[in-house]
Amino acid sequence: MKMAPVHCGYLPLVDCAPLIIAKELKFAAQEGVDLTLAKQPSWSALRDRLAFGEIDFAHMLSPMPVAMTLGLGGVPSDIDALMVLSVNGTVIGVSDTLSTRMRSTGWTNGFNDPGTTSNALLATIENPLRIGVPFPFSMHRMLLETWLSHAPDFTANKIEIVTVPPPKMAEAMHNGALDMFCVGEPWGSVAVQQSGAELVLPGASIWEFAPEKVLGVRHRWAEDNRKLCRAMIRSIYKAALWLDQPENMSLAVEILARTQHLDLPDHAIEPALTRRIVTTNGGTPKQVERFLEFHGGAANFPWRSQAAWIADILAGWHGLDRDNARAAARNCFRSDIYREALSPIGIDLPGASEKVEGSMGVPTVVASTRGEMILGPDRFFSGSVFDFAAKKVPN
Amino acid sequence: MLTRKALRLVFHRFVCCAWPLCRECRYPFGVQTDLTILVVERDKTKAHEIIDALMDGGWNDVTVISSPSALERAVKQQNPDIILIDLANPDRDTLEHLSLVSNARGRPVAMFVDQTDAVKTQAAISAGLSAYVVNGLQKDRIKPVLETAIARFRMVTKMQSELDAAKQALSDRKTIDRAKGLLMLARKISEDEAYNLLRKTAMDQGRKVIDVATALVTAAELLQ
Repeated sequence: MKMAPVHCGYLPLVDCAPLIIAKELKFAAQEGVDLTLAKQPSWSALRDRLAFGEIDFAHMLSPMPVAMTLGLGGVPSDIDALMVLSVNGTVIGVSDTLSTRMRSTGWTNGFNDPGTTSNALLATIENPLRIGVPFPFSMHRMLLETWLSHAPDFTANKIEIVTVPPPKMAEAMHNGALDMFCVGEPWGSVAVQQSGAELVLPGASIWEFAPEKVLGVRHRWAEDNRKLCRAMIRSIYKAALWLDQPENMSLAVEILARTQHLDLPDHAIEPALTRRIVTTNGGTPKQVERFLEFHGGAANFPWRSQAAWIADILAGWHGLDRDNARAAARNCFRSDIYREALSPIGIDLPGASEKVEGSMGVPTVVASTRGEMILGPDRFFSGSVFDFAAKKVPN
Repeated sequence: MLTRKALRLVFHRFVCCAWPLCRECRYPFGVQTDLTILVVERDKTKAHEIIDALMDGGWNDVTVISSPSALERAVKQQNPDIILIDLANPDRDTLEHLSLVSNARGRPVAMFVDQTDAVKTQAAISAGLSAYVVNGLQKDRIKPVLETAIARFRMVTKMQSELDAAKQALSDRKTIDRAKGLLMLARKISEDEAYNLLRKTAMDQGRKVIDVATALVTAAELLQ
């Protein structure tokens, strides 16, 4: 088989694991893809290099392709998401001063209750809270705002969201530049170890099934290289399936720690993969269901309704027309190419390409292309349900 | 009869603007040098190189900052027309955020992407440079700055990689010399024989000479 050279940009985070496994365990090579992984210094640099063709694929924050397609931010261009690389995986943490103040209101850290946590947080603040996120167009910022704005005491002037590169999050917490953060692993755990921060919520407690990273590609390029896109989807799908097997866990940690791609030690990678999160320095780990999902519950499927949810928030931030934004976003989550790639090899796929976001409180049996499959849960902590097809969404 | 002003315009259009390094020209046709430029660069040498290049080009109002904490403040205080930042600088995401919420004086900052001139933008990106401009600034005022900066960025990056390569070669040679010394001592062979042995082992194992030498030196240190 002739190998097609492909360059994929990524940021060294635990959730780029499917890309590294696809390369290291030769899932990419089996599909005829000669995969080169190109580490990027920032999300902006990754975006620019993808937009200008220096890389073919990219490990992107799920709102990035939608924002770029809608013309928001630095380099507007038509970018599609071919598949979801990971679901959930973020953590929210507060400084030790803030957690002490929160405790004084009677709050205890169960690491699972957004409602009481936001009440305790907003009851104690004097100055606006400075909250760090990795990038303005990130699921981190969307989850934070969804969560905090739901609190009865919330007003927009109580928080100030700033962008801090994840490796610097711990330092910013340590020197008091930030009161709070929302970041992906390993940087939450690092902040706990280095700055005495306390993790108060996993992102999954706000939305149980939030698409975190996607595989981005230029729209035109995808049209011209459909075969390569399909091969890439198949190889990453197989890598994600491999990562999802509990018996591969320790080997996965070993591979991720050993390759030059991540440059992180074992103990930084392990919490996210084993879903055992240490919330305070020296504390006992807490087991978090679906902390970071690479495969389970059709995690890789690029739901057009997820794109619509992202578009709604972006439209709210930037004053865009909601219907137009949703329509454009739906088209850039390419469930059509995903189906083309996987149904010929007998993979069971969801029957529909949109779902009612937030409707499944428990794992639910739904119709699939080969019978039935189990999806969910995908609840929001607030109980909000987004039915974009019927245009029924909470205000 | 041409007025004095028209004559000066003609002069600037055809004489002054033909010179890429015009220091005085403040006319709309010419290279305008009254821009406030902020350069974000951690590496001192590189920062100096860029300042020099811009100063030589006639832009006198150039400030360099190195740390991300200074970035937000500098954008607010200096109100720059253009911000130049290394594409690989991890603090770019912070700048990106600032550009979305607009600066203190309410003028939006945007990444400079010239849709009409993809070649220039591509050149900037491959040279490792990104530029942010304050909205409302005309493209022809930015281009000369960008051109000067791109040229300098390329040169500095090339010098840097040559320097790195030279340093690497030097440290490789030291390691290989140490490995040869170890072999000469242990097996009582000559320097040439020691090198040939290293090379043969490397070839047999499909590895580089330096890798075999490093392994030998590490092993010897462990055994001591």
